[in-house]
Amino acid sequence: MTEALAVRDLVAGYSAAPVLDGVSVAAAPGTITAVLGANGAGKTTLLRTISGLVRPRAGQVLLAGAAITARSPEDIARAGIAHVPEGQGVITELTIEENLRVGLLLRDRGQRAAALAGTYERFPVLGERRRRLAATLSGGERQILVIARALLTAPRVLLLDEPSLGLAPKIVAQVMDLVRQLRDDAGLTVLLVEQNARIALAIADQGLVLNLGKVVARADAATLAADEGLRRHYLGF
Amino acid sequence: MQEFLEFTLGGISTGMIYAAIALSLVLIWRGTRVLNYAQGGMAMFTTYIALIVINRTGSYWLGFVVALAAGLLLGALLERSVVRPTLRKPPLNAVIVTIGLLIFLEGLAGIIYGGQYRSFPPAYSITGLKVGSVALGISRDGLFTAGAVLAAAALLAVLFRYTPAGLRMRATAFSPDVARLLGVRIGRVLTLGWALAGLLGALAGLLVTPTTFLYPNSMDAIFVLGFTAAVIGGLDSPVGAVIGGLLLGVALSYVGGYLGSDLVEVAGLAALVAVLMLRPSGLFSSTSVRRV
Repeated sequence: MTEALAVRDLVAGYSAAPVLDGVSVAAAPGTITAVLGANGAGKTTLLRTISGLVRPRAGQVLLAGAAITARSPEDIARAGIAHVPEGQGVITELTIEENLRVGLLLRDRGQRAAALAGTYERFPVLGERRRRLAATLSGGERQILVIARALLTAPRVLLLDEPSLGLAPKIVAQVMDLVRQLRDDAGLTVLLVEQNARIALAIADQGLVLNLGKVVARADAATLAADEGLRRHYLGF
Repeated sequence: MQEFLEFTLGGISTGMIYAAIALSLVLIWRGTRVLNYAQGGMAMFTTYIALIVINRTGSYWLGFVVALAAGLLLGALLERSVVRPTLRKPPLNAVIVTIGLLIFLEGLAGIIYGGQYRSFPPAYSITGLKVGSVALGISRDGLFTAGAVLAAAALLAVLFRYTPAGLRMRATAFSPDVARLLGVRIGRVLTLGWALAGLLGALAGLLVTPTTFLYPNSMDAIFVLGFTAAVIGGLDSPVGAVIGGLLLGVALSYVGGYLGSDLVEVAGLAALVAVLMLRPSGLFSSTSVRRV
């Protein structure tokens, strides 16, 4: 079976020393892949390279078997990869509805109203405040907003960068629940970058651990979670 | 009292011209964080184009429309050709490029059209309007000027708030990377911003030139005042640009009327310096001041 998303021997970085040094990922359709590792391991750069914000120096990115390596971020988004960046990416100067409408821009006109109504039905908290500035939302609500906005682009693959960052444990559980639902109900393929390995592995199908730009471990989620040495060395729980 | 009314209404109509220039600068600043020093030069050039069309065809309105279209095209063309390559470089590069563009356009105009002062026709009569025996200090053309800029600003507001293109422009202005990750082709958005700025500048040139004559440097002083208006408004706020233009126009009209017309340009520059010193983020900006 073709992987929904495949990354092959990716090398990328901002200066002379590569941040990613030959990273490969294979994500089957409808699965969650947890990308784990300490600060500076290259997790965020991996997502930024897949979505085109960082140009790779070598390697390949394939979406459902088709090469999208080094295309522009806007083209990659149009091809079906939605990247929710770290620090959330809410456009605080726009209203909640306008934020969502930016996500709708690449959908056909005829589908927009129904997609927006569906979003409000699924996330009532957004519907109630649609006309308010996004700056008025709490951290957890912002995370819901950016995920909802990414979903409105009708992606095949969702890249989530640290969705738990700065959120209260109860909200984190809700966000993780949402990610799990997206896989189970919509068959979405998710690449989930997390510092919090425990909660990521709890919902993931498989995981990989990055250290200094290289993959140091790769296994199904249960195996990774059970590996004492790995947990102590790289995952910190 | 009569004088006060005259100066106020006269100030509003010139202030709307500053507002048009300020709006064009704000459009470009929001999209690309570039201050377009060539904005006045572009407006001067399109006004020459209008004059040629008017002289050839005898139709003021044909010249008017052709100049607006030329402004639109010129803005898009300059963004694509010379500005785009500077956007990934340090900000100073873009500054130098737009100053170079200004010198180029003014030189080119001198070569093609010569340096002499040419008169440029107004859209409507410039005789002051009266109610009974009371002079209002504003002419039919002044009313047209104020109305045209207000209409352009209102259309722009509608574009920004209610259309997909406007949403793309706002998303790109506030968060370019987020916009790209959602599939917005920001290159096209930036070109559209420059095109609209070129159109607004062309409008300002058409409206102001009947009072200044047309020559290669004819927009320099207006550009400085339009820039001042934009800075008063905070440089990234379209509403602020219009209000800044009005405030500046009325204030300078009082200076010219009560203190003497020699002082107008000095007062304009003094206002620029004062705003930059006392409130550099402008009166309407959302950005905060960087402390040093």
